[in-house]
Amino acid sequence: MKAWFAQHQAALASAFHRLWSTPLNTLLSLLVIGIALTLPGAGYVLLDNLRDLGRNASGVQQISLFMNVDASKKEVGDIESRLRAAGAGKWKFVPKEEALKRMQRSEGMAEIVASLPRNPLPDAFIVEPANTEPEALEVMRKEIAGWPKVAHVQLDSAWVKRFDAFLKLGKLALWMLGGIFAAGLVAVTFNTIRLQVLAQAAEIEVARMIGATDGFIRRPFYYFGALQGGLGGLLAAALVAGAVGLLGGPVGDLATLYGGSFALNGPSPLDALVLASAGAVLGWLGAQLSVSLSLRKFD
Amino acid sequence: MIVASNLSKRYPGGYEAVQDVSFEISAGQMVFITGHSGAGKTTLVKLIASIERPTAGSLVVNGQNLSALRRSAIPYVRRHLGMVFQDQKLLFDRSALDNVLLPLQIVGMPRRESIRRAQAALDKVGLLAREKARPIALSGGEQQRLAIARAVVNRPTVLLADEPTGNLDADSATEILEIFADFHRVGVTVVVATHDQNWIERYHPNVLRLDHGRLL
Repeated sequence: MKAWFAQHQAALASAFHRLWSTPLNTLLSLLVIGIALTLPGAGYVLLDNLRDLGRNASGVQQISLFMNVDASKKEVGDIESRLRAAGAGKWKFVPKEEALKRMQRSEGMAEIVASLPRNPLPDAFIVEPANTEPEALEVMRKEIAGWPKVAHVQLDSAWVKRFDAFLKLGKLALWMLGGIFAAGLVAVTFNTIRLQVLAQAAEIEVARMIGATDGFIRRPFYYFGALQGGLGGLLAAALVAGAVGLLGGPVGDLATLYGGSFALNGPSPLDALVLASAGAVLGWLGAQLSVSLSLRKFD
Repeated sequence: MIVASNLSKRYPGGYEAVQDVSFEISAGQMVFITGHSGAGKTTLVKLIASIERPTAGSLVVNGQNLSALRRSAIPYVRRHLGMVFQDQKLLFDRSALDNVLLPLQIVGMPRRESIRRAQAALDKVGLLAREKARPIALSGGEQQRLAIARAVVNRPTVLLADEPTGNLDADSATEILEIFADFHRVGVTVVVATHDQNWIERYHPNVLRLDHGRLL
């Protein structure tokens, strides 16, 4: 157990030493890995921010229910009890008189409203459903549309659906991008480790001759791959955080110009950890592949 | 300690380097393997060190039948052998001390203890004063002594050497021989492949004489 621990410690130390003793190579490899991980990382942060934006936009997930113009008070009451029975969430009844008053208050509309012979507006309900999943909203819209004296049901969230579809597409594209760059990272590690194995051929041969196990020979390379990948991941997180930091101000200004407020969120410590772990796992994988192939000729 | 029965090694292509060889080396013996070049000395050493595998017969070293050994068990067999190669196989990117430390790192010995052991091994071959030197700065004889220090640092039961004086002048060769004799005196089994007749005349060890792969 003690020997096992000592050997792992030695392998880790040797991996550190190899990274440290060729600073330029290490820097270049880290840059390649860092940049490869930056693109999917940045994409993830972007999607995350967009999702926040969609969630924050208020009044989005609403269903507007318009009654027939000739619907009686009793029929309106009937719809209200149906909403209650359906557990539709929160709703607000907007009587046609109030709708007319609101319209009169709108700039330039007062004269038009005054010129109307009678109130053309129907009674309406504004429903804020408890379940805001796009699919659930659609089901509810269909159900309400079937109720008596309901003239029109409008899902005010058509764009929410589109936005959701866009996010899904973005997520898929991100996974594909991530997959490609993950393969790139494995390839980069594969190559650096292959060169190292060649450079240390003498040491590997001698170690084999005097009783080194496969594990002893492979371990430092595994640690090297994982370490390089992990550091690359951290570099990627730093690059994304830096980019968000630079873009944060201008994005806030832009949001203000559109009359909203929106702050760009950088990668969280957890995101950085995920990037570093992904880098480490992929680096380990690349090292594993490389060592398995490169060590064959020493048998 | 080392028992060969009807041992043969045929290389791919059909060349039979060792043919139907049987011998027994008991613990604590000093044995020389001699013969003209190409007689199979190196192959026999490689078989004992499980660098090569027998194609026929059996070879038992330290109670382990090498012909039936799993690949993963080979490193553990080698740890009980001290190997000295003709070309030394030293690592030139590190100090003499670090070269001797390598076998101890392989078995996972704590650093403090390994350094003490490695220095003792260097002392035994008279190189303690040069522990910080790189192998390139050592003479041929010193390099071979360093290789011996690395071979014995693990306190192996068998010390195995392939032409250890092949590239050395007579004086250095004698030094090396004295070191092997010292290990023999403290009970280590010593097996040396050599074509150096001086050795045999001086020490009258047990001799395995090979000719075209066969034992004479």
